[in-house]
Amino acid sequence: MRRHWPEVLRSPVGVVGIALLTILALLAVLAPVLWGDRASTTDTYNLLDGPSAQHWAGTDNLGRDIFFRTLVATRLSIVLTLAATALGVGLGLVLGLAPLLLPRRLGRLVVAFFNVLLGFPSLLMILFLAVILGVSTSSAVLAVGIAIAAPFARLVHTLAAGVAERDYVAAARISGVHPVRIVGRHVLPNIAEPLLVNATVTASSVLLAFGGLSFLGIGVQPPQYDWGRLIQDGLSSIYTNPLAAVVPGIAFVLTGLAFNLTGEAAAGTFGAKARSRTRWPSTKKEPTPPSSTRHDEHEVRADHVLDVRDLEVSFPGPHGPIRAVRGVSIALRAGEAVGVVGESGSGKSMTALAVAQLVEEPGRVTAERLTFCGTDLRSGPRATRETLLGTSLAVVFQDPMTSLNPVMRVGTQLAEAARRHLGLTRREAIARAIDRLRAVHLTDPERRVAQYPHELSGGMRQRVMIGMGLMGTPRLIVADEPTTALDMTVQRQVLDLLQETRRDHGTALLLISHDISVVSSVCDRVLVMYAGQIVEDLPSADLHSRARHPYTRALIGAVPDMTTDLDAPLASIPGQPVDPRELPDGCAYAARCSLATERCRQEEPTLEVGATGSVACWHADDPAPMPLTEAVR
Amino acid sequence: MEVLAPARRRRGRWGAFALRRARRLLVSLWLLVTASFLMIQLVPGDPVRAALGTSAPAELVAERRAQLGLDDSLLNQYVEYLQNLFTGDLGESILTQLPVAETIGQRLSATLALALPAFVVTFAIAVPVGVALAVATRRGRRRRTELTFVGSSIVLSSIPEFVLSVTLVVVFAVNLGLAPAAGRGGPDSYVLPVLALALGPAAIMARIVRVEMLAVLDADYIRTARSKRLSSLRINLRHALPNAVTATLTLSGLMLATMVAGTVLVENVFAWPGLGGTIVSSIQSRDYPLVQGAVLVFGAIALVVNTLVDVGVAAIDPRSTIGDS
Repeated sequence: MRRHWPEVLRSPVGVVGIALLTILALLAVLAPVLWGDRASTTDTYNLLDGPSAQHWAGTDNLGRDIFFRTLVATRLSIVLTLAATALGVGLGLVLGLAPLLLPRRLGRLVVAFFNVLLGFPSLLMILFLAVILGVSTSSAVLAVGIAIAAPFARLVHTLAAGVAERDYVAAARISGVHPVRIVGRHVLPNIAEPLLVNATVTASSVLLAFGGLSFLGIGVQPPQYDWGRLIQDGLSSIYTNPLAAVVPGIAFVLTGLAFNLTGEAAAGTFGAKARSRTRWPSTKKEPTPPSSTRHDEHEVRADHVLDVRDLEVSFPGPHGPIRAVRGVSIALRAGEAVGVVGESGSGKSMTALAVAQLVEEPGRVTAERLTFCGTDLRSGPRATRETLLGTSLAVVFQDPMTSLNPVMRVGTQLAEAARRHLGLTRREAIARAIDRLRAVHLTDPERRVAQYPHELSGGMRQRVMIGMGLMGTPRLIVADEPTTALDMTVQRQVLDLLQETRRDHGTALLLISHDISVVSSVCDRVLVMYAGQIVEDLPSADLHSRARHPYTRALIGAVPDMTTDLDAPLASIPGQPVDPRELPDGCAYAARCSLATERCRQEEPTLEVGATGSVACWHADDPAPMPLTEAVR
Repeated sequence: MEVLAPARRRRGRWGAFALRRARRLLVSLWLLVTASFLMIQLVPGDPVRAALGTSAPAELVAERRAQLGLDDSLLNQYVEYLQNLFTGDLGESILTQLPVAETIGQRLSATLALALPAFVVTFAIAVPVGVALAVATRRGRRRRTELTFVGSSIVLSSIPEFVLSVTLVVVFAVNLGLAPAAGRGGPDSYVLPVLALALGPAAIMARIVRVEMLAVLDADYIRTARSKRLSSLRINLRHALPNAVTATLTLSGLMLATMVAGTVLVENVFAWPGLGGTIVSSIQSRDYPLVQGAVLVFGAIALVVNTLVDVGVAAIDPRSTIGDS
C-alpha cells in the first residue's frame, strides 16, 4: 500500500489528480484578482438570465455572471476546506497520539472518548456545533474541523499503536527514552505517509461537508459566497436556468476528484504495474495434446491410483513463462505412500496442487498423462471429474488455523461435500460427519459439529481437515506440509492418523514436506525435488545409506541426529535455491554442488532409472570429496 | 494440544459481549443526552432573546425563559430535563409553542421513508456489483473492467448528495419530466431523492465489498472449499461472501446513520417535509428546543443502528464477540 509521492506522478491517475490540484491552486490565487470585478458587476438588464454569449452560465438575481462567480468562489471554497482540514488533522493527531503519551488509564479514556464520538454521523456533529458556535463562516470552519477530528484520531491511534508495538520502539521505551521523543523519532515518521494520504481524502470530504453547510445557509454568509452558496442560489431558478446550479456543482465534483484521485494514486489503488505484466501473452499457447506422442513402456497401469507423466506448471512472467514444475512424473498404487521433499521453492507444493487440480489462473498445468483412478483429469465431462475428485481425493493443507472457514460450523463444512457429491440429506451428512470425526479420534464429536473452528485447537482442526477428506471414500490423500504448523507432539499424532487411514482404507498418500525425517518415517518411497524437477526417486529405506544425488545427501546431512556434535554449528546447504525465473542451462543444482564439473554446467542430466530408484546427476555415484560443507563458523 | 472448549465459556462469551455492548450504548446515550442538554446552555447570550429577536418585548422573553425553566439552577434544569425525557416530553418550540415530540414524530416518518429505502438500494446495488467484480477481476484478470469500475466509483463518490440531487432534478424532472422535482407524493416522488441518497454510498460500498471479497477469495479456506469441489456459486456466496460482508456490515452502520443525516441536504433540494428540513430551519430561526430534540433523535438513531450492526456482525462472525473495548 505504501508508495512514495514521486511515484504518484508516474501513474496516469496521479498525474490527473495533481494537475487538477495545480489548476485549482492557480484559480484560487488568480481568479479573484483577474475576474473579481466581473463576478460582482451587476447587469440590471440581464437578471436571472439563461446562458448567453455574454454570460456563459447565465446570471443570478442581481444579474451577476455565474460562471465568473464560480471561478472566483474557488478561493474561498479551497481556503475554508484547507483550514477546516488542517484544524481537524491537527486535533486528530493530538487526540490520536495522546494515548501513547498519557498514563495508561487516561489514555484509554481518550480512546473511549473518540470511539463514542465516532458513533455519531459527522453532519450531526457539525450541526450541533453550528448551533453552539452560531451561524458564521468561522464557526462553520471550527465545527467541520472538530467533527472530522474523531475519525482521524482513530486512524492515528490505530497506526501509532501498530508502530508502538514494534520491537525497537518497545526497546526504546524500556531504556527510558521520553515518550514525546519516542513519538517524534519513531512513531510519527513511520505513520506520516498513510496519514498524508488519508488527509488528502479527508480534504475531499471536508469540501463536501462545508459545501453542504453553505448550501443549507449555515456556512458562508452573504455577501461572501462559495460554491455551496452558489448552488443554493441557483436552485431557486432551476427551471429557468439549470446551469446556475450545475456549474458550481461541476466545480465541486472536479475538486473532490482532484483530492480523491491524488489520494488514491498515493495509496496505490491504480498502481500494480508489476501485476499487469504477469499475464499470459494474448496468443493462446496450445496445450500439450493429450495423445501420448512418446513411447510409453507402462501404457496400461490400471492398478495405479494416480498416474502423472511429465507434469508442467507454469506462470506468466515478465520475461516469458516461469516454470514452477518441470516434467514431474509420479505414480502411486493403492495404499502406497510417497513423499516429496525439497526446499521451499522447489515446486513440491505446486506439484501437490496440480495433482489435486487446484492450480488457479494464471497458473497453467499440462501433462503427458494425468489420470486419477483411471479417469483422465485433463478432459472428459467436468461434472464427472468433480464428483470423482470430490469423493475420492482428500487434500490436507499446511495451516489448519486458516484452512477452515471461520464463519461456518465444523459440521456444515464436513457435510457440504457429502451432500453435493453423495446426495445425502442434511441430517444424514451431519450423522456421517459425526462418525468421521470419531474416526479421526476427535473427542466429543457430537458437540464438535456445532462448534466453530476458532473454538478448536490446531491439532483438532487438522483432525477435522483429515476427517473432511474421509467424508467420501478417498483413494488418495494429498497432504501438503500437514504437520508444519503444529507442535512436535501433535505432529506425531497427525502422522499416525494419516498412517491409520492408509492402513484402514487402502488409501494412497502423497505427502509433501520440507522435513526429510517426517517423510522417511511415513512413506515407502521418497521423491526429491529441486528447481521444479525430480532429481532422485528412491525407497525411504535407502535414504540414509544409498542416496545417490549430492542434493539428497546434503538434505540428509542437514538433519541433526543423535550423533550430531551439539557444539558444532548445524550443517546447512551452502548457497540459495535457484530462482525459477533464472534457470541455468545445465544442472540446476550445479552452482551449489561440490561435485559440479563443466559438464554439469553445460548439460542437463535426465532421470536415469537404476536398480532401486532413479537419479538425475552426472556424478550420481561419485563419492563426496569432503563431508558436507559446514555452515560458516 | 486438545484443549476443551466448555460450553460454559461459549455462553460467557456472548454474555460478556452483550454486557460490553450495552455499556457502550448507555454511555453514548448519556453523552448524547447531556450534550443536547448543554447545547442550549452553551449558546452565547440569551437563547430566548436570540430566538424571539431584538424587538420582542422584555416581558415575553422573561415569560418564555420561565417556561423553559432557564432561570433554575443548572442541576435542577438537568434533572428536570432527564425526567421529562423519560416521559417522552421534549419541551415546546419557542416559536410555534407546539410540543417538540409531536413535530419530530410527524417529520421523522418522512425522513425514514427516504433513508430506509436508500439504505436497501445501497446494499442491493453494492453487494452484487462488488461480488461480481471481485470474481470477474480476480488475480489480475480483466484489468480494463477493474479500472473502469474503480474509476467510476471514485467519480460517483466524489459527487456530494446535494449536487447529485440538483443534477438529477435538472435531468429527470426539468428536462425529461419523468419524475416530480420536489415534494412528497406518490411512489414516483421517492425515486429521485432515494437515488440521490443511495448512489454515492453504493459506489463506496461496492468498492469495499470488492476489496474484501478479493482478500477473502485468496484465503486458505476458499482453497479448502475448492478442494471439496463445491459449485462456484456455493464457494462464492456461502464460503466467501459472509466473510467479506462482516467488514462491510461494520461500515454500513455508520453509513445508515450518515444517510439519515444526509437526508438533511437531500430534503432541502426536494422540499421534503422531513426532519432534516426541520433541523435546518430551526437552526436558522434559533428555535433551540426543536434543534435539541432533533439532534437527540438523530443521535439516538445512529447509536441504535450501530449497536444492531454489531450484533448482526457477531451473529455472522462469532469471532467478533471476542474483542476489547
